[in-house]
Amino acid sequence: MSDPRSELTVSLWRGAQEGRYETYKVPWRENQTVLDVVTFVQRHLDPTLSYRFACRVGMCGSCAMTVNGTPRWTCRTHVSSVAKGGRLEIGPLENLPVIKDLAADMRPFFDKWQQAKGAFVPSRTRNDEIERIRPDSAARIAADAAIECINCGICYAACDTVRWNSDYLGPAALNRAWTLVNDVRDGANTERLQAVAASGGCHACHSHQSCQELCPQRLNPTASIAGLKRRAMWAYLKGEI
Amino acid sequence: MNVHLYVWQRLTAALMVPLVLVHVAVIFYASRKGMTAADILARTRGSIVWASFYGAFVVAVAIHAAIGVRNVLTEWSPLEDRSAGVLAAVFGLLLLALGARAVAAVVLP
Repeated sequence: MSDPRSELTVSLWRGAQEGRYETYKVPWRENQTVLDVVTFVQRHLDPTLSYRFACRVGMCGSCAMTVNGTPRWTCRTHVSSVAKGGRLEIGPLENLPVIKDLAADMRPFFDKWQQAKGAFVPSRTRNDEIERIRPDSAARIAADAAIECINCGICYAACDTVRWNSDYLGPAALNRAWTLVNDVRDGANTERLQAVAASGGCHACHSHQSCQELCPQRLNPTASIAGLKRRAMWAYLKGEI
Repeated sequence: MNVHLYVWQRLTAALMVPLVLVHVAVIFYASRKGMTAADILARTRGSIVWASFYGAFVVAVAIHAAIGVRNVLTEWSPLEDRSAGVLAAVFGLLLLALGARAVAAVVLP
């Protein structure tokens, strides 16, 4: 067994949906991130390794992978905080198809963003006066609390309901819908509430809270989904949707 | 689970909370008083109150459990939504029939 202070034993998923873990030896460094480890393998040990990253500073949401069984943003995850006995097992995000190696296919994730009506629909034109939004209004506070999502897909990969129900829209898409439901400038909230109140929508959530536990932005999609449940339920009882 | 099923499941749950509490209280009362089956039947037979109480209980249970079973089937079995809905509805009707039979046995004169 290698000395965990000088060398890491790293298992990386190789293949597509079918594949296997292959093991590599990577030098241990101070202040080493999981993305650094993957990059070392690709640059020095096996250039055929495929993975995805862009900003390397926790802004773009591209580099999320499954690290020792837990979805994490690899560029901001220090090896010292997750390596067990000098060992790392790194795979693609779960609950998504695998393109190759560590790169998951994010299309289902973003398709559901569209299904949840995650695009802003303006209710005014450029010729109208700009809507004044008070930062201390209840709706704006609710939107602000949920708005810093970077679309990394960690919550989607961590969600048990997504795993069990392929139609479930997932925490990120519903969290996005919640920010728009609280945006008084948006003009499509009836359609949005209809979309999130349908089968596979917010009411399918079991509130396991893996999304809020693992969100690297420390958002709380569970709370957003709970808000959507209430809002959609009252809209349904009033006959609005 | 959609909003329609969600509302029905929550409404029936809200209805069952007081019904369960009263039901448990009745069990404690009957056992602590040492009441026999004949004593209990003497009070329940012909009683519109007990018929309404346990009738509502049975209807709420049948709806609530059927929606829950449908949810379990859609998430944990390979069944499509429609098939899971049909199976869950059959389960709910079975609960309703068994419950109604039990209520009838204790309240019909």
